Amino acid sequence: MGFLKQFLRRFFRSRAAVQQLPAGSVAVDRDGRVVTYTVSSVYPKELLCDIGQEVLSLFREARAAQMPLAEVSIHFASLHITARELRGGAIIFLFPQAAFSPLTNRPRL
Amino acid sequence: METHHKILVLDDDADWLNLCNEMFALLPSKPEIRTVASGARALALMETEPFRLLVCDLKMPRMDGLQVLSIVRRRFPELRTVVLSGLEDEEFRSRAYALGVDLFWLKTDMQANSQMFLDCIESLMGRDMEGGFRGIQSKSLMDIIQMECLSRSSTVLRITRGPLVAKLWIQNGELIDAESEGARGEAAFYRILAWKSGTFENLPAEPDRERTITKPVNALLLESAQAMDETADSVEPCSIEQTAHRKTIWKLAQLTREGAEFVIVVPPDGQGEVETMGTQPSEPLARWARRAAETAKRLGERIEAGPLSHVAGHNLERQMLVLNLENKSFLIGWPPNAAAGPLLEKSKKLVSSWDS
Repeated sequence: MGFLKQFLRRFFRSRAAVQQLPAGSVAVDRDGRVVTYTVSSVYPKELLCDIGQEVLSLFREARAAQMPLAEVSIHFASLHITARELRGGAIIFLFPQAAFSPLTNRPRL
Repeated sequence: METHHKILVLDDDADWLNLCNEMFALLPSKPEIRTVASGARALALMETEPFRLLVCDLKMPRMDGLQVLSIVRRRFPELRTVVLSGLEDEEFRSRAYALGVDLFWLKTDMQANSQMFLDCIESLMGRDMEGGFRGIQSKSLMDIIQMECLSRSSTVLRITRGPLVAKLWIQNGELIDAESEGARGEAAFYRILAWKSGTFENLPAEPDRERTITKPVNALLLESAQAMDETADSVEPCSIEQTAHRKTIWKLAQLTREGAEFVIVVPPDGQGEVETMGTQPSEPLARWARRAAETAKRLGERIEAGPLSHVAGHNLERQMLVLNLENKSFLIGWPPNAAAGPLLEKSKKLVSSWDS
């Protein structure tokens, strides 16, 4: 029995896991470092950093194009990301979307 | 003995079911109406009783409407299906039509045009069981119009291409009127024929519709085909200039009608020139639009968030939206006070009609 338990545990551990979409908010500083977040701790932190970096690059490039933006939102089929500029850094809100998500979940644009 | 057809109404909202019950009772053919609140119950009922028509909601718990419809399509191919939904997203309309539904109505439209809705339902119920095949994606709009006219039918063809909607009125096999994007008559008809793809549905005929088209449909189709050929083959510099001028006027009119400030069309890096309408040519803005689309796509792949819909941004001076279509990025600028809700639909409409 013990052997079977061990075998099954090892088998289930080695399975490819489905990555959950992040839900919550993330605050990043001007260097892209995550300052604080309310996303589940199960969600990989490096992916949160990636989101922060890419969002900051959008704000930076908009400034370079003489069009500084106060808010940017990126809409994917299953996730909406809304980011507000905060003195060089940003606060980012992540809203996972189901096929029939209520419209009220959707950010400004 | 007179037989009454049966209608099955599926919706998880009990109040809505009551409303449908009362409404369908007004149908002249006096059908028998059954209502159910879940997809599983509806399928079980259809196994035991023959129904003529299924009226189905999309957003429901456990089994949603699209799941029910895909099962119904396989198990009961002769059953007529109507989607009655509150979801004002064109994507659901396309998905429902792809599943072979006969009609798609929004609940708000149904309440506003209840008589027309009932006419549509009555018309669907009245059609012969053995008549009609579904799925004619390989036919062009010209073929569909010719088929309707040759069969001397009377109908209203409602044609949808993304957010664009047009209507053709056919009476006893003659095209009598057309309406599209604010245009009417022959001008609208030519505009509709330029659409390369879309979906169509048959609505009940409107015999009292005022006639604005007097030319025979074959003559119109011929003229339209000739015009398209000439545009494609045209090599004279004068006609190229004229065509370009006409296109510019058309695009500016579109921009003004929708209330947008500017549109910048950005091709992939190194593949053609940036097209600007409504603002000075701005390389930094075009670069930002391209980078925004690329960054968002890269991020979407990294976090597995599905295909990119759009990127939006705003400041005190304006709102902006980046949409991708056929490898091109469209940056659309809107005034800061424009209502944010319908901006996406309006932008999609603008982009869809840009090259048509």
